[in-house]
Amino acid sequence: MKPSTMITAGLLAIGAAMILLPFIWMVSVSVKPHAEVFTTEVALLPKNPTLQNYWHAISQTDIPLYLLNGAIVTGGILVLQLLVTVPAAYALAHREFVGRNVMFAGIVAALLVPFHVTAIPIFIGLAEFRLLNTYTALIIPFVATAFGLFLLRQAFARIPKELVDAARIDGMSEMGIAWRVAFPLGMPTVIAFSIFSVTAHWNDLFWPLIATTDPDLATPPRGILFFRDEESGDDIGPLMAGATLITAPLVIGFLMAQKRFTQGLASAGLKG
Amino acid sequence: MIRRWTTDLILVGPAALAVVLFIFLPVAVVFVLAFTDYQFGARSANWIGLENFGDLFGSRLGRNAIFNTLIYAAIVIPASVGLGLIVAIGLHDLTKRMPRFSQALKAIYFLPVAATLVAMAVSWQMLMHPSLGLLNHWAVSLGLQPQQWLSDRDLVLYSLAAIGIWQSVGYNMVLFLAGLTAIPHALYDASEVDGARGGWSRFWLVTWPMLGPTTLFVVIVTAANAFRVFETVATMTAGGPAFASDTIVYALYREGFVYFKAGYASAITVVFFLALLLLTAIQILLIERRVHYR
Amino acid sequence: MTGSLSLHNVSKRFGDLTAVDNVSLDINDGEFVALLGASGCGKSTTLRLFAGLETPTDGRVKLDKKDVTDESASARNIALMFQSYALYPHLSVAQNIAMPLILRRFNAVQRLPGAGFVSAKVRAEKANIREAVNRMADLLRLNELLNRKPGQLSGGQQQRVALARALVRDPSAFLLDEPLSNLDTQLRAETREEIKAIHKRTGYPFLLVTHDQSDALSMADRVAVMMEGRIVQSGTPTEIFNTPATQEVATFIGHHRMNILPPGAGTALHPDGANLALGIRPEEFSLTKRGGLQATVESVTFHGEETILRLRGPDDLSLRSALRGHVKVPEVGAKVRLTASNGSLHAFGADGVRQELAQ
Repeated sequence: MKPSTMITAGLLAIGAAMILLPFIWMVSVSVKPHAEVFTTEVALLPKNPTLQNYWHAISQTDIPLYLLNGAIVTGGILVLQLLVTVPAAYALAHREFVGRNVMFAGIVAALLVPFHVTAIPIFIGLAEFRLLNTYTALIIPFVATAFGLFLLRQAFARIPKELVDAARIDGMSEMGIAWRVAFPLGMPTVIAFSIFSVTAHWNDLFWPLIATTDPDLATPPRGILFFRDEESGDDIGPLMAGATLITAPLVIGFLMAQKRFTQGLASAGLKG
Repeated sequence: MIRRWTTDLILVGPAALAVVLFIFLPVAVVFVLAFTDYQFGARSANWIGLENFGDLFGSRLGRNAIFNTLIYAAIVIPASVGLGLIVAIGLHDLTKRMPRFSQALKAIYFLPVAATLVAMAVSWQMLMHPSLGLLNHWAVSLGLQPQQWLSDRDLVLYSLAAIGIWQSVGYNMVLFLAGLTAIPHALYDASEVDGARGGWSRFWLVTWPMLGPTTLFVVIVTAANAFRVFETVATMTAGGPAFASDTIVYALYREGFVYFKAGYASAITVVFFLALLLLTAIQILLIERRVHYR
Repeated sequence: MTGSLSLHNVSKRFGDLTAVDNVSLDINDGEFVALLGASGCGKSTTLRLFAGLETPTDGRVKLDKKDVTDESASARNIALMFQSYALYPHLSVAQNIAMPLILRRFNAVQRLPGAGFVSAKVRAEKANIREAVNRMADLLRLNELLNRKPGQLSGGQQQRVALARALVRDPSAFLLDEPLSNLDTQLRAETREEIKAIHKRTGYPFLLVTHDQSDALSMADRVAVMMEGRIVQSGTPTEIFNTPATQEVATFIGHHRMNILPPGAGTALHPDGANLALGIRPEEFSLTKRGGLQATVESVTFHGEETILRLRGPDDLSLRSALRGHVKVPEVGAKVRLTASNGSLHAFGADGVRQELAQ
């Protein structure tokens, strides 16, 4: 092996170690016994690892509830997004209708709008309908996804017109074509979008912080902050165990399906 | 005819309604609210013209938030784009010689993009803890001064910027890797035959110009994300100490949803939105003009 | 300055795969050599070994009798025209042509924009380069295109730019990798003439790598036929066509695939056919009443200037014959008798090597 290769590999490995540092630290503190955390002898790795903190986080705190909320909210968002987006994206790709170009232009324009911009009016609207502090408030604003519409329309447009016409001649309804032809054929894009959507909303703090004050509705990031702020800084071990638990689902998903995750998250650059 | 119309309505109606209701209508409302003194919960509001904008740009606090965001972006954009490019070139070189190793490194660098940023911020907070944190422990063993990473007013923004870089390098690396893979190998052969002696000349003659469109895209995406910094601020500093890490989106959140000044927060939103649109306009202009080799 | 270029017993292995197997090949001063082979035979790797883009696993590369095996491509000063042209898409035509001169004559500092304002030497050199680029543009009719980007040019124009970039710096040898494969028929014929003319005028050693035998036979002074990493025959185009060294070369070269009569089947044409394989090109067969070889016509295909007959001979032997000029074409199912002159017969032993027939 050439020395230049070794140097490149070495430098990249050092960089990777720096990237990994907060992950290692999080897991390490989460398995340290109380005495090892509160000491002046700070060490990267635990001396007497214990699962005590995890037991505490699961049985004594609301972490399991936060995880459940996260699953309900991200799942609810994704299902509603697909229900609304798949038929519309199919129509945009394969049907002529009045206002189609206007709608597509509107979607491209809407791509430029980050969620932060719409937060205040949506908050006012939800307050008006007395929907704040509900699962609905956490889910419903994200049903409108310009990014999903755009991504799926582009994917469905690559499906040959002949295939759609063949399905029509076979007597399939338009809704049937959207779900039984376009949806399965566009599956790689659907998966990429789903990964993006789940990751974005599982990790989101901005909207849960605004739309809910009830700890029982907290999503994982919101919940971990509740947890941290309630304790008087005495429960760092269980806090890190909780942080590890809420990070774990996505990290494990990423490690199992690296290619799809990278694809799904990299495509988010198109979004405003 | 009627049936066709009904079909179209069933297919696109819900999506169109949702986009109008949750995107276009709110954008319009926010632009109106920005010119009022509306407060959440109030039954009425007064038209106050540009006063909110005057407050934002005129007050020490408003200018501070904008200034902090610009400093944060000015550090994060070049560092995370530059490091992303360097890591991508390094990994690209290693792919053939050490495929498994470079695959593993690629996964590690991308890990922060998928991980829950709030949880990672909690871990960073512990790393940066003045007495229990690893950073100060290491600093002391290296004979350096321990730092108040998050409570020193002169340091806190840089600490947050470092985390911003940590979080976005992997994302930029993936985009650059895709760009590098798309460069035809014959161009490198041609540059070698033409007399480009070292890796450096080859980089300037082939890699850098061929990555032009990718680089522009990466810079714009990184900039847009940097201007939007919120999670780390909300988790680790709440804009403090003494507003030293207050940023524009955090100010929007604080003014709007802590102090309920909806009108003022809307004005912040409008400024934030216009800045992002300006960024996109620059991108479109540059793509038309330079980086497109036609 | 021109010179000679040679490979001495060069092999190149990629892992288990031997791409180039003990090849020796000289390109002498002023000579035009074509390296001909099917795709995947190792000819492109051979070209890259000449250029210095690959380092041989075994053997030496020499340029003007100097050993350059371990020298990089940029140090060898060999021009190479790529199949894909490999023009820099972000640079204008003029900048593309100038690049080899810029890279060789300026160091990294002098290449910085604005260096011309500071140094008179750089300024003078830049004027020289401009002149050289204009000379090339005149030669290859590119004057109108100098300010365009490669993306705005047609395939033929891109090809001329690639030629100009290769020729601008007075190389010690000139390698062409499938230079005609991206051109349409009309342009191909013109470009063949153009490349031949450039070779005559410049006198550089030329190496043309191609899978197209008519390119090789029509342009080169000498053709080297490559198969499975080895050079199986090297000679003038007429030698290659008229006296193929092996049965493989014989069936590879020629517009129509040569008929091969296995030992024993060709005794009617020549007594040595009893123990040798005989080869006859389809266009060398004639149909006569007294021909020794009897066959049945299976199909007749009219191609304009010629007509191809597919025939079934004795022992179920499949044969083809090409008829040209005003001859009577038999019908499908007709029984015909074939003959061929002794001079048009090729004989191969069991090892596939050419054998001379007793006249």
